[in-house]
Amino acid sequence: MIYQGKQKIWSEYQKEIPDDHWFYVRSCIRQNFFPASEKMFLEICRNVLGKDFYETEHHTTCGGIAYHCDTIPQETVMTIVARQFALMTEAGYSNYVASCITSFGNYIEILETWKEFPELETRIRELLWKACRREFRKPDYVAHASDLIYKYRNEIAARAKYRLVNRHTGEPLRVVEHIGCHYSKMFPSKGVGGAEYPYVLCGMIESWGGNVIDYPERRHCCGYGFRQYHVKANRGYSISNTHKKFESMEPYQPDMIITNCPGCPYFLDRWQYAISEMEGKTYSKDGYGIPVFTYEEVASLVLGYDPWDIGLQLHQVAVEPLLDKIGIEYDPARKYEGIDRKSLSRPELPGILKCC
Amino acid sequence: MGKLYEELCKDYRVIEGLKTCINCGTCTAICPAAEFYRYDPRRIVDIVQSKDETEIEKLLKSDVIWYCGECMSCVTRCPRKNGPGLVIMALRNLSAKLGYFVCSEKGRQLYPLTKMLTGNILNYGYCIYPETFKWEDHPESGPVWKWHTEHLEESYKRLGANYRGDGPGVLRKIPQESLDELKAIFDVTGATERIETVNRCSEQKAKEMGLTMEEYFDKTFNECSDCHFND
Repeated sequence: MIYQGKQKIWSEYQKEIPDDHWFYVRSCIRQNFFPASEKMFLEICRNVLGKDFYETEHHTTCGGIAYHCDTIPQETVMTIVARQFALMTEAGYSNYVASCITSFGNYIEILETWKEFPELETRIRELLWKACRREFRKPDYVAHASDLIYKYRNEIAARAKYRLVNRHTGEPLRVVEHIGCHYSKMFPSKGVGGAEYPYVLCGMIESWGGNVIDYPERRHCCGYGFRQYHVKANRGYSISNTHKKFESMEPYQPDMIITNCPGCPYFLDRWQYAISEMEGKTYSKDGYGIPVFTYEEVASLVLGYDPWDIGLQLHQVAVEPLLDKIGIEYDPARKYEGIDRKSLSRPELPGILKCC
Repeated sequence: MGKLYEELCKDYRVIEGLKTCINCGTCTAICPAAEFYRYDPRRIVDIVQSKDETEIEKLLKSDVIWYCGECMSCVTRCPRKNGPGLVIMALRNLSAKLGYFVCSEKGRQLYPLTKMLTGNILNYGYCIYPETFKWEDHPESGPVWKWHTEHLEESYKRLGANYRGDGPGVLRKIPQESLDELKAIFDVTGATERIETVNRCSEQKAKEMGLTMEEYFDKTFNECSDCHFND
Protein backbone atom coordinates (compact mmCIF):
# COMPACT_ATOMS: atom_id res chain seq x y z
CA MET A 1 0.00 0.00 0.00
CA ILE A 2 1.30 3.50 -0.82
CA TYR A 3 0.81 5.90 2.06
CA GLN A 4 0.61 9.64 1.49
CA GLY A 5 0.36 12.77 3.66
CA LYS A 6 -0.62 12.14 7.28
CA GLN A 7 -0.99 8.42 6.60
CA LYS A 8 2.65 8.32 5.52
CA ILE A 9 3.80 10.13 8.64
CA TRP A 10 1.67 7.89 10.84
CA SER A 11 3.05 4.77 9.21
CA GLU A 12 6.56 5.94 10.13
CA TYR A 13 5.60 6.35 13.77
CA GLN A 14 3.80 3.13 14.49
CA LYS A 15 4.94 1.25 17.58
CA GLU A 16 5.10 -2.51 17.95
CA ILE A 17 3.50 -2.65 21.39
CA PRO A 18 3.77 -6.01 23.19
CA ASP A 19 0.37 -7.54 23.90
CA ASP A 20 0.76 -8.82 27.44
CA HIS A 21 2.78 -9.12 30.69
CA TRP A 22 3.39 -5.63 32.00
CA PHE A 23 5.00 -4.10 35.07
CA TYR A 24 2.71 -1.17 35.99
CA VAL A 25 3.78 2.05 37.73
CA ARG A 26 1.38 4.74 38.88
CA SER A 27 1.19 8.52 38.48
CA CYS A 28 1.45 10.97 41.39
CA ILE A 29 -1.04 13.43 39.90
CA ARG A 30 -3.52 10.84 38.68
CA GLN A 31 -3.65 9.04 42.01
CA ASN A 32 -4.64 12.33 43.63
CA PHE A 33 -7.05 13.71 41.03
CA PHE A 34 -8.22 10.75 38.92
CA PRO A 35 -7.90 7.80 41.30
CA ALA A 36 -10.59 5.78 39.55
CA SER A 37 -8.88 6.10 36.16
CA GLU A 38 -5.97 3.97 37.34
CA LYS A 39 -8.41 1.56 38.99
CA MET A 40 -10.29 1.27 35.69
CA PHE A 41 -7.10 0.80 33.66
CA LEU A 42 -6.26 -2.32 35.65
CA GLU A 43 -9.92 -3.42 35.74
CA ILE A 44 -10.17 -3.26 31.92
CA CYS A 45 -6.76 -4.78 31.22
CA ARG A 46 -6.93 -7.53 33.82
CA ASN A 47 -10.57 -8.38 34.24
CA VAL A 48 -12.18 -7.44 30.92
CA LEU A 49 -9.32 -8.38 28.58
CA GLY A 50 -7.57 -10.99 30.74
CA LYS A 51 -4.08 -9.49 30.52
CA ASP A 52 -1.25 -9.77 33.06
CA PHE A 53 -0.41 -6.46 34.78
CA TYR A 54 1.76 -6.57 37.89
CA GLU A 55 2.11 -3.83 40.52
CA THR A 56 4.26 -3.66 43.65
CA GLU A 57 3.56 -1.39 46.61
CA HIS A 58 7.30 -0.65 46.76
CA HIS A 59 7.35 1.48 43.64
CA THR A 60 7.39 5.21 44.27
CA THR A 61 7.21 8.48 42.42
CA CYS A 62 9.68 8.61 39.52
CA GLY A 63 10.60 12.09 40.78
CA GLY A 64 9.66 13.62 37.41
CA ILE A 65 7.69 16.59 38.76
CA ALA A 66 10.45 17.44 41.26
CA TYR A 67 12.98 17.13 38.43
CA HIS A 68 11.02 19.37 36.07
CA CYS A 69 10.53 21.87 38.93
CA ASP A 70 14.35 21.85 39.11
CA THR A 71 14.46 20.77 42.75
CA ILE A 72 16.51 17.58 42.32
CA PRO A 73 19.60 16.89 40.19
CA GLN A 74 19.51 14.73 37.08
CA GLU A 75 21.47 11.93 38.76
CA THR A 76 18.83 11.73 41.50
CA VAL A 77 15.92 11.25 39.12
CA MET A 78 17.94 8.73 37.12
CA THR A 79 18.69 6.68 40.23
CA ILE A 80 15.06 6.72 41.36
CA VAL A 81 14.13 5.44 37.90
CA ALA A 82 16.91 2.83 38.07
CA ARG A 83 15.34 1.60 41.33
CA GLN A 84 11.96 1.27 39.58
CA PHE A 85 13.66 -0.80 36.86
CA ALA A 86 15.25 -2.95 39.58
CA LEU A 87 11.78 -3.66 41.02
CA MET A 88 10.63 -4.70 37.54
CA THR A 89 13.66 -6.95 37.10
CA GLU A 90 13.15 -8.57 40.51
CA ALA A 91 9.48 -9.23 39.68
CA GLY A 92 10.51 -11.03 36.47
CA TYR A 93 9.04 -8.56 33.97
CA SER A 94 10.60 -6.80 30.98
CA ASN A 95 7.69 -4.71 29.65
CA TYR A 96 7.27 -1.49 31.63
CA VAL A 97 4.12 0.67 31.48
CA ALA A 98 3.75 4.07 33.10
CA SER A 99 0.44 5.70 33.99
CA CYS A 100 2.01 9.16 33.84
CA ILE A 101 3.16 11.11 30.78
CA THR A 102 5.82 13.02 32.74
CA SER A 103 7.14 9.65 33.91
CA PHE A 104 6.94 8.17 30.41
CA GLY A 105 8.95 11.11 29.01
CA ASN A 106 11.34 10.78 31.93
CA TYR A 107 11.94 7.06 31.34
CA ILE A 108 12.47 7.56 27.61
CA GLU A 109 14.79 10.54 28.14
CA ILE A 110 16.87 8.57 30.64
CA LEU A 111 17.14 5.44 28.49
CA GLU A 112 18.07 7.50 25.43
CA THR A 113 20.65 9.48 27.43
CA TRP A 114 22.20 6.24 28.71
CA LYS A 115 22.32 4.99 25.14
CA GLU A 116 24.31 8.11 24.12
CA PHE A 117 26.45 8.16 27.28
CA PRO A 118 27.01 4.60 28.56
CA GLU A 119 29.40 5.90 31.23
CA LEU A 120 26.48 7.69 32.83
CA GLU A 121 24.45 4.47 32.99
CA THR A 122 27.44 2.79 34.66
CA ARG A 123 27.60 5.59 37.23
CA ILE A 124 23.87 5.35 37.97
CA ARG A 125 24.21 1.58 38.45
CA GLU A 126 26.97 2.28 40.98
CA LEU A 127 24.87 4.89 42.77
CA LEU A 128 21.86 2.56 42.93
CA TRP A 129 23.98 -0.22 44.36
CA LYS A 130 25.50 2.15 46.91
CA ALA A 131 22.10 3.48 48.01
CA CYS A 132 19.86 0.41 47.73
CA ARG A 133 21.98 -2.66 46.99
CA ARG A 134 19.87 -3.27 43.89
CA GLU A 135 20.68 -4.12 40.27
CA PHE A 136 18.51 -3.87 37.19
CA ARG A 137 17.95 -4.83 33.58
CA LYS A 138 16.66 -2.14 31.30
CA PRO A 139 13.12 -2.77 30.06
CA ASP A 140 12.71 -4.39 26.65
CA TYR A 141 9.79 -2.04 26.07
CA VAL A 142 8.50 1.13 27.76
CA ALA A 143 4.90 2.11 27.05
CA HIS A 144 2.54 4.77 28.27
CA ALA A 145 -0.73 3.38 29.58
CA SER A 146 -2.62 5.11 26.75
CA ASP A 147 -0.55 3.05 24.28
CA LEU A 148 -2.10 -0.07 25.78
CA ILE A 149 -5.68 1.22 25.61
CA TYR A 150 -4.90 2.26 22.02
CA LYS A 151 -3.66 -1.26 21.31
CA TYR A 152 -6.77 -2.79 22.88
CA ARG A 153 -9.16 -0.20 21.40
CA ASN A 154 -10.87 -2.57 18.98
CA GLU A 155 -11.28 -5.26 21.64
CA ILE A 156 -12.93 -2.60 23.81
CA ALA A 157 -15.10 -1.50 20.87
CA ALA A 158 -16.19 -5.11 20.36
CA ARG A 159 -17.46 -5.20 23.96
CA ALA A 160 -18.90 -1.66 23.96
CA LYS A 161 -22.35 -0.94 25.35
CA TYR A 162 -22.29 2.64 24.09
CA ARG A 163 -20.63 4.48 21.21
CA LEU A 164 -19.44 8.08 20.97
CA VAL A 165 -22.51 8.99 18.96
CA ASN A 166 -25.26 11.55 19.60
CA ARG A 167 -28.30 9.35 20.14
CA HIS A 168 -30.66 12.15 19.12
CA THR A 169 -29.08 12.84 15.73
CA GLY A 170 -27.13 9.65 15.06
CA GLU A 171 -24.08 11.82 14.33
CA PRO A 172 -20.61 10.99 15.71
CA LEU A 173 -19.65 13.14 18.70
CA ARG A 174 -17.19 15.94 18.00
CA VAL A 175 -14.15 15.09 20.08
CA VAL A 176 -11.05 17.14 20.86
CA GLU A 177 -7.99 15.08 21.71
CA HIS A 178 -5.22 16.55 23.82
CA ILE A 179 -1.85 14.82 24.09
CA GLY A 180 0.49 15.46 27.02
CA CYS A 181 3.60 17.31 25.83
CA HIS A 182 6.08 14.78 27.20
CA TYR A 183 4.39 11.90 25.37
CA SER A 184 6.25 12.53 22.11
CA LYS A 185 7.48 16.11 21.79
CA MET A 186 10.96 15.15 23.00
CA PHE A 187 11.23 11.76 21.27
CA PRO A 188 8.63 11.65 18.46
CA SER A 189 9.44 8.08 17.45
CA LYS A 190 8.39 6.85 20.91
CA GLY A 191 4.78 7.98 20.55
CA VAL A 192 2.09 6.39 18.37
CA GLY A 193 1.89 8.76 15.39
CA GLY A 194 4.85 10.92 16.45
CA ALA A 195 4.67 14.48 17.76
CA GLU A 196 2.91 16.34 14.96
CA TYR A 197 0.13 13.83 14.28
CA PRO A 198 -0.06 11.65 17.38
CA TYR A 199 -2.64 8.96 16.76
CA VAL A 200 -2.86 7.35 20.17
CA LEU A 201 -6.12 9.08 21.18
CA CYS A 202 -7.45 9.56 17.62
CA GLY A 203 -7.38 5.78 17.24
CA MET A 204 -9.54 5.32 20.33
CA ILE A 205 -12.00 8.04 19.28
CA GLU A 206 -12.43 6.60 15.79
CA SER A 207 -12.72 3.04 17.07
CA TRP A 208 -15.42 4.03 19.54
CA GLY A 209 -17.52 5.99 17.03
CA GLY A 210 -16.49 9.64 17.47
CA ASN A 211 -15.09 12.24 15.07
CA VAL A 212 -11.77 13.92 15.84
CA ILE A 213 -11.78 17.72 15.64
CA ASP A 214 -8.77 19.55 14.27
CA TYR A 215 -8.25 23.12 15.52
CA PRO A 216 -5.38 25.62 15.34
CA GLU A 217 -3.93 25.21 18.85
CA ARG A 218 -4.35 21.45 18.98
CA ARG A 219 -0.70 20.84 19.90
CA HIS A 220 -0.35 23.75 22.33
CA CYS A 221 0.56 22.83 25.91
CA CYS A 222 -2.32 22.76 28.43
CA GLY A 223 -0.28 25.22 30.49
CA TYR A 224 0.83 23.04 33.38
CA GLY A 225 4.44 24.23 33.15
CA PHE A 226 5.45 22.48 36.42
CA ARG A 227 6.68 25.45 38.53
CA GLN A 228 4.24 27.62 36.58
CA TYR A 229 1.40 25.84 38.37
CA HIS A 230 2.87 24.61 41.63
CA VAL A 231 3.79 28.15 42.71
CA LYS A 232 0.63 30.15 43.22
CA ALA A 233 2.26 33.36 41.97
CA ASN A 234 2.84 31.78 38.53
CA ARG A 235 -0.59 30.35 37.79
CA GLY A 236 -1.44 33.14 35.35
CA TYR A 237 0.87 31.30 32.92
CA SER A 238 -1.12 28.13 33.34
CA ILE A 239 -4.62 29.59 32.90
CA SER A 240 -3.48 31.78 29.97
CA ASN A 241 -2.36 28.76 27.99
CA THR A 242 -5.56 26.85 28.71
CA HIS A 243 -7.54 29.97 27.75
CA LYS A 244 -5.68 30.10 24.42
CA LYS A 245 -6.63 26.50 23.67
CA PHE A 246 -10.30 26.99 24.54
CA GLU A 247 -10.58 30.17 22.48
CA SER A 248 -9.09 28.22 19.57
CA MET A 249 -11.36 25.17 19.88
CA GLU A 250 -14.58 27.05 20.71
CA PRO A 251 -15.69 27.71 17.09
CA TYR A 252 -15.59 23.95 16.39
CA GLN A 253 -18.14 23.28 19.16
CA PRO A 254 -16.63 20.13 20.65
CA ASP A 255 -18.88 17.77 22.60
CA MET A 256 -16.02 16.53 24.75
CA ILE A 257 -12.25 16.46 25.28
CA ILE A 258 -10.17 13.33 25.81
CA THR A 259 -6.61 13.50 27.19
CA ASN A 260 -3.76 11.13 27.97
CA CYS A 261 -1.78 13.21 30.46
CA PRO A 262 -2.19 13.36 34.24
CA GLY A 263 -2.30 17.15 34.53
CA CYS A 264 -4.06 18.12 31.30
CA PRO A 265 -7.57 16.88 32.20
CA TYR A 266 -7.30 18.61 35.58
CA PHE A 267 -6.19 21.92 34.07
CA LEU A 268 -8.59 21.85 31.11
CA ASP A 269 -11.43 21.09 33.54
CA ARG A 270 -10.56 23.44 36.40
CA TRP A 271 -9.42 26.40 34.37
CA GLN A 272 -12.82 26.37 32.60
CA TYR A 273 -14.30 26.95 36.05
CA ALA A 274 -11.76 29.71 36.84
CA ILE A 275 -12.27 31.40 33.44
CA SER A 276 -16.02 31.37 34.00
CA GLU A 277 -15.59 32.98 37.43
CA MET A 278 -13.11 35.57 36.11
CA GLU A 279 -14.69 36.46 32.78
CA GLY A 280 -18.22 35.10 32.98
CA LYS A 281 -17.52 32.93 29.96
CA THR A 282 -18.25 29.26 29.35
CA TYR A 283 -17.25 27.31 26.27
CA SER A 284 -20.53 25.62 25.41
CA LYS A 285 -23.80 27.13 24.31
CA ASP A 286 -25.69 25.54 27.19
CA GLY A 287 -23.39 27.09 29.82
CA TYR A 288 -22.11 23.78 31.20
CA GLY A 289 -18.67 23.98 29.56
CA ILE A 290 -16.88 21.23 27.65
CA PRO A 291 -16.44 18.03 29.69
CA VAL A 292 -12.89 16.68 29.86
CA PHE A 293 -12.05 12.98 30.28
CA THR A 294 -9.14 10.66 30.72
CA TYR A 295 -8.92 7.86 28.14
CA GLU A 296 -9.74 5.28 30.82
CA GLU A 297 -12.89 7.20 31.74
CA VAL A 298 -14.03 7.17 28.11
CA ALA A 299 -13.16 3.49 27.71
CA SER A 300 -15.11 2.74 30.90
CA LEU A 301 -18.11 4.73 29.71
CA VAL A 302 -18.31 2.92 26.38
CA LEU A 303 -17.98 -0.39 28.22
CA GLY A 304 -20.99 0.57 30.34
CA TYR A 305 -19.50 1.20 33.80
CA ASP A 306 -21.45 3.44 36.19
CA PRO A 307 -20.20 7.05 35.76
CA TRP A 308 -19.96 7.49 39.53
CA ASP A 309 -17.89 4.31 39.95
CA ILE A 310 -15.29 5.70 37.54
CA GLY A 311 -14.93 9.02 39.34
CA LEU A 312 -16.74 11.49 37.09
CA GLN A 313 -18.14 13.23 40.19
CA LEU A 314 -14.64 14.68 40.76
CA HIS A 315 -14.87 16.75 37.59
CA GLN A 316 -15.82 20.41 38.01
CA VAL A 317 -17.39 20.59 34.52
CA ALA A 318 -20.62 18.57 34.63
CA VAL A 319 -20.59 15.38 32.60
CA GLU A 320 -24.35 14.76 32.64
CA PRO A 321 -25.19 16.67 29.41
CA LEU A 322 -22.73 14.43 27.54
CA LEU A 323 -24.02 11.26 29.23
CA ASP A 324 -27.54 12.27 28.14
CA LYS A 325 -26.31 12.93 24.60
CA ILE A 326 -24.85 9.42 24.36
CA GLY A 327 -27.73 7.85 26.26
CA ILE A 328 -25.66 6.52 29.17
CA GLU A 329 -27.79 5.59 32.16
CA TYR A 330 -26.95 7.03 35.58
CA ASP A 331 -28.60 7.78 38.88
CA PRO A 332 -28.20 11.49 39.79
CA ALA A 333 -28.87 10.68 43.44
CA ARG A 334 -25.76 8.49 43.64
CA LYS A 335 -23.30 11.10 42.39
CA TYR A 336 -22.10 12.35 45.75
CA GLU A 337 -22.43 9.20 47.80
CA GLY A 338 -19.70 7.59 49.89
CA ILE A 339 -19.23 3.92 50.72
CA ASP A 340 -22.36 1.76 51.19
CA ARG A 341 -24.53 4.48 49.71
CA LYS A 342 -23.75 6.82 52.61
CA SER A 343 -25.08 10.23 51.72
CA LEU A 344 -22.46 12.99 51.71
CA SER A 345 -23.18 16.70 51.43
CA ARG A 346 -23.19 18.21 47.93
CA PRO A 347 -20.46 20.59 46.69
CA GLU A 348 -21.26 24.29 46.53
CA LEU A 349 -22.29 25.51 43.09
CA PRO A 350 -19.95 27.65 40.98
CA GLY A 351 -21.03 31.23 40.31
CA ILE A 352 -21.31 30.97 36.51
CA LEU A 353 -20.57 27.47 35.24
CA LYS A 354 -23.80 25.46 35.26
CA CYS A 355 -23.74 22.18 37.20
CA CYS A 356 -26.16 19.29 37.55
CA MET B 1 36.85 29.15 28.11
CA GLY B 2 35.31 30.53 31.31
CA LYS B 3 34.31 28.59 34.39
CA LEU B 4 30.54 28.96 34.10
CA TYR B 5 30.47 27.85 30.47
CA GLU B 6 32.78 24.99 31.37
CA GLU B 7 30.42 23.94 34.16
CA LEU B 8 27.44 24.08 31.80
CA CYS B 9 29.23 21.92 29.27
CA LYS B 10 29.58 19.13 31.83
CA ASP B 11 25.79 18.87 31.93
CA TYR B 12 24.43 16.15 29.63
CA ARG B 13 21.45 18.35 28.85
CA VAL B 14 23.74 20.98 27.31
CA ILE B 15 25.73 18.36 25.42
CA GLU B 16 22.44 17.01 24.01
CA GLY B 17 20.55 20.30 23.77
CA LEU B 18 23.06 22.74 22.31
CA LYS B 19 24.74 21.79 19.08
CA THR B 20 24.74 24.58 16.54
CA CYS B 21 21.98 27.11 17.15
CA ILE B 22 21.40 29.23 14.05
CA ASN B 23 19.32 31.77 15.94
CA CYS B 24 16.27 31.27 13.74
CA GLY B 25 13.83 31.89 16.62
CA THR B 26 11.60 28.89 15.93
CA CYS B 27 11.83 27.97 19.63
CA THR B 28 10.56 31.41 20.63
CA ALA B 29 7.75 31.25 18.08
CA ILE B 30 6.46 27.92 19.44
CA CYS B 31 7.12 28.67 23.13
CA PRO B 32 4.06 28.96 25.43
CA ALA B 33 6.17 30.91 27.95
CA ALA B 34 7.30 33.45 25.36
CA GLU B 35 3.68 34.44 24.72
CA PHE B 36 3.11 35.13 28.38
CA TYR B 37 6.40 36.33 29.83
CA ARG B 38 9.06 38.69 28.52
CA TYR B 39 10.96 35.65 27.46
CA ASP B 40 13.00 34.68 24.42
CA PRO B 41 14.63 31.23 24.51
CA ARG B 42 16.48 32.04 21.29
CA ARG B 43 18.32 34.82 23.13
CA ILE B 44 19.16 32.56 26.08
CA VAL B 45 20.66 29.85 23.87
CA ASP B 46 22.59 32.52 21.99
CA ILE B 47 24.09 33.89 25.22
CA VAL B 48 25.18 30.42 26.28
CA GLN B 49 26.80 29.62 22.95
CA SER B 50 28.54 33.04 23.01
CA LYS B 51 30.52 31.73 26.03
CA ASP B 52 30.41 35.25 27.49
CA GLU B 53 30.97 34.66 31.21
CA THR B 54 29.54 38.02 32.32
CA GLU B 55 26.37 37.50 30.34
CA ILE B 56 26.02 33.89 31.49
CA GLU B 57 26.37 35.01 35.12
CA LYS B 58 23.68 37.64 34.55
CA LEU B 59 21.44 34.91 33.14
CA LEU B 60 22.00 32.65 36.14
CA LYS B 61 20.99 35.50 38.46
CA SER B 62 18.00 36.61 36.38
CA ASP B 63 14.27 35.91 36.33
CA VAL B 64 14.28 34.86 32.68
CA ILE B 65 15.68 31.37 33.11
CA TRP B 66 12.74 30.57 35.41
CA TYR B 67 10.01 31.47 32.89
CA CYS B 68 10.16 28.19 30.90
CA GLY B 69 7.42 25.60 31.57
CA GLU B 70 9.62 22.70 30.41
CA CYS B 71 6.92 21.50 27.99
CA MET B 72 9.73 20.82 25.48
CA SER B 73 7.70 22.01 22.48
CA CYS B 74 10.93 23.69 21.32
CA VAL B 75 12.67 20.31 21.06
CA THR B 76 10.17 19.08 18.46
CA ARG B 77 10.38 22.12 16.27
CA CYS B 78 14.06 23.14 16.34
CA PRO B 79 15.34 22.66 12.76
CA ARG B 80 18.84 21.89 14.07
CA LYS B 81 17.78 19.35 16.71
CA ASN B 82 18.73 21.55 19.64
CA GLY B 83 16.80 21.52 22.89
CA PRO B 84 16.53 25.04 24.30
CA GLY B 85 14.40 23.62 27.15
CA LEU B 86 17.26 21.29 28.07
CA VAL B 87 19.71 24.21 28.10
CA ILE B 88 17.32 26.07 30.44
CA MET B 89 17.26 23.05 32.78
CA ALA B 90 21.06 23.05 32.91
CA LEU B 91 21.13 26.80 33.62
CA ARG B 92 18.61 26.37 36.44
CA ASN B 93 20.62 23.50 37.85
CA LEU B 94 23.77 25.61 37.91
CA SER B 95 21.93 28.61 39.35
CA ALA B 96 20.65 26.40 42.18
CA LYS B 97 24.04 24.81 42.78
CA LEU B 98 25.82 28.19 42.99
CA GLY B 99 23.10 29.85 45.06
CA TYR B 100 22.50 32.48 42.33
CA PHE B 101 18.78 31.67 42.29
CA VAL B 102 18.13 33.96 45.29
CA CYS B 103 19.07 36.99 43.17
CA SER B 104 15.73 36.95 41.28
CA GLU B 105 12.07 36.86 42.31
CA LYS B 106 11.30 33.80 40.16
CA GLY B 107 14.52 32.10 41.22
CA ARG B 108 13.60 32.50 44.90
CA GLN B 109 10.53 30.34 44.23
CA LEU B 110 12.91 27.41 44.35
CA TYR B 111 12.55 27.51 48.13
CA PRO B 112 8.81 26.73 48.35
CA LEU B 113 9.10 24.27 45.44
CA THR B 114 11.94 22.37 47.10
CA LYS B 115 10.17 22.34 50.45
CA MET B 116 6.92 21.03 48.95
CA LEU B 117 8.18 18.53 46.41
CA THR B 118 11.20 17.00 48.10
CA GLY B 119 9.21 16.95 51.35
CA ASN B 120 6.46 14.95 49.65
CA ILE B 121 8.96 12.52 48.11
CA LEU B 122 10.87 11.85 51.33
CA ASN B 123 7.84 11.77 53.63
CA TYR B 124 5.32 9.96 51.43
CA GLY B 125 7.07 8.66 48.29
CA TYR B 126 4.92 10.85 45.99
CA CYS B 127 5.56 14.23 44.36
CA ILE B 128 1.96 15.27 45.05
CA TYR B 129 0.09 14.06 48.11
CA PRO B 130 -3.34 14.92 49.58
CA GLU B 131 -2.00 15.97 52.99
CA THR B 132 -0.01 18.81 51.42
CA PHE B 133 -2.27 19.77 48.48
CA LYS B 134 -4.54 22.15 50.38
CA TRP B 135 -7.70 23.50 48.83
CA GLU B 136 -6.89 26.91 50.38
CA ASP B 137 -3.72 27.07 48.26
CA HIS B 138 -5.63 25.93 45.16
CA PRO B 139 -8.94 27.80 44.93
CA GLU B 140 -8.94 27.08 41.17
CA SER B 141 -9.53 23.42 41.99
CA GLY B 142 -13.12 24.49 42.48
CA PRO B 143 -15.96 23.71 44.88
CA VAL B 144 -15.91 20.07 43.83
CA TRP B 145 -12.37 19.68 45.16
CA LYS B 146 -13.33 21.47 48.37
CA TRP B 147 -16.11 18.89 48.73
CA HIS B 148 -13.66 16.06 48.00
CA THR B 149 -11.16 17.28 50.63
CA GLU B 150 -13.96 17.56 53.19
CA HIS B 151 -14.78 13.88 52.57
CA LEU B 152 -11.29 12.76 51.69
CA GLU B 153 -11.19 9.22 53.08
CA GLU B 154 -14.78 8.44 52.06
CA SER B 155 -14.36 9.87 48.57
CA TYR B 156 -11.12 7.99 47.85
CA LYS B 157 -12.55 4.76 49.24
CA ARG B 158 -15.66 5.12 47.09
CA LEU B 159 -13.39 5.31 44.02
CA GLY B 160 -11.37 2.24 44.86
CA ALA B 161 -8.23 3.94 46.22
CA ASN B 162 -6.10 2.29 48.90
CA TYR B 163 -5.44 5.63 50.60
CA ARG B 164 -2.82 5.18 53.34
CA GLY B 165 -3.44 1.42 53.20
CA ASP B 166 -1.01 -1.49 53.05
CA GLY B 167 -0.29 -3.33 49.78
CA PRO B 168 -0.52 -1.99 46.23
CA GLY B 169 -3.07 0.46 44.87
CA VAL B 170 -3.89 4.14 44.48
CA LEU B 171 -2.32 6.37 47.16
CA ARG B 172 -1.17 3.34 49.15
CA LYS B 173 1.13 3.87 52.11
CA ILE B 174 4.57 3.37 50.61
CA PRO B 175 6.51 1.06 52.96
CA GLN B 176 9.09 2.72 55.22
CA GLU B 177 11.91 0.64 53.76
CA SER B 178 11.15 2.07 50.31
CA LEU B 179 11.12 5.62 51.73
CA ASP B 180 14.48 4.83 53.36
CA GLU B 181 15.81 3.84 49.93
CA LEU B 182 14.63 7.14 48.47
CA LYS B 183 16.47 8.98 51.26
CA ALA B 184 19.62 6.97 50.56
CA ILE B 185 19.31 7.86 46.84
CA PHE B 186 18.96 11.55 47.77
CA ASP B 187 22.10 11.27 49.92
CA VAL B 188 24.36 9.64 47.32
CA THR B 189 23.17 11.56 44.23
CA GLY B 190 23.42 15.14 45.49
CA ALA B 191 19.73 15.84 46.19
CA THR B 192 20.26 16.15 49.95
CA GLU B 193 23.16 18.54 49.34
CA ARG B 194 20.96 20.50 46.89
CA ILE B 195 18.19 20.84 49.48
CA GLU B 196 20.73 22.08 52.03
CA THR B 197 22.10 24.63 49.54
CA VAL B 198 18.63 25.92 48.68
CA ASN B 199 17.73 26.17 52.37
CA ARG B 200 20.98 27.86 53.37
CA CYS B 201 20.88 30.45 50.59
CA SER B 202 17.18 31.11 51.15
CA GLU B 203 17.73 31.62 54.88
CA GLN B 204 20.46 34.16 54.14
CA LYS B 205 18.22 35.94 51.66
CA ALA B 206 15.29 35.98 54.06
CA LYS B 207 17.55 37.53 56.70
CA GLU B 208 18.64 40.22 54.22
CA MET B 209 14.98 40.93 53.45
CA GLY B 210 14.10 41.06 57.15
CA LEU B 211 11.70 38.11 56.88
CA THR B 212 11.13 34.99 58.94
CA MET B 213 11.24 31.76 56.92
CA GLU B 214 7.46 31.50 57.11
CA GLU B 215 7.10 35.01 55.74
CA TYR B 216 9.71 34.24 53.07
CA PHE B 217 7.79 31.12 52.02
CA ASP B 218 4.54 33.09 51.78
CA LYS B 219 6.17 35.89 49.81
CA THR B 220 7.94 33.63 47.32
CA PHE B 221 4.88 31.38 46.89
CA ASN B 222 2.28 34.11 46.52
CA GLU B 223 3.76 37.36 45.24
CA CYS B 224 4.28 38.26 41.61
CA SER B 225 5.60 41.58 40.28
CA ASP B 226 4.21 43.15 37.11
CA CYS B 227 7.61 43.33 35.41
CA HIS B 228 7.54 39.74 34.10
CA PHE B 229 4.72 39.97 31.59
CA ASN B 230 4.40 40.84 27.94
CA ASP B 231 2.36 43.96 27.24
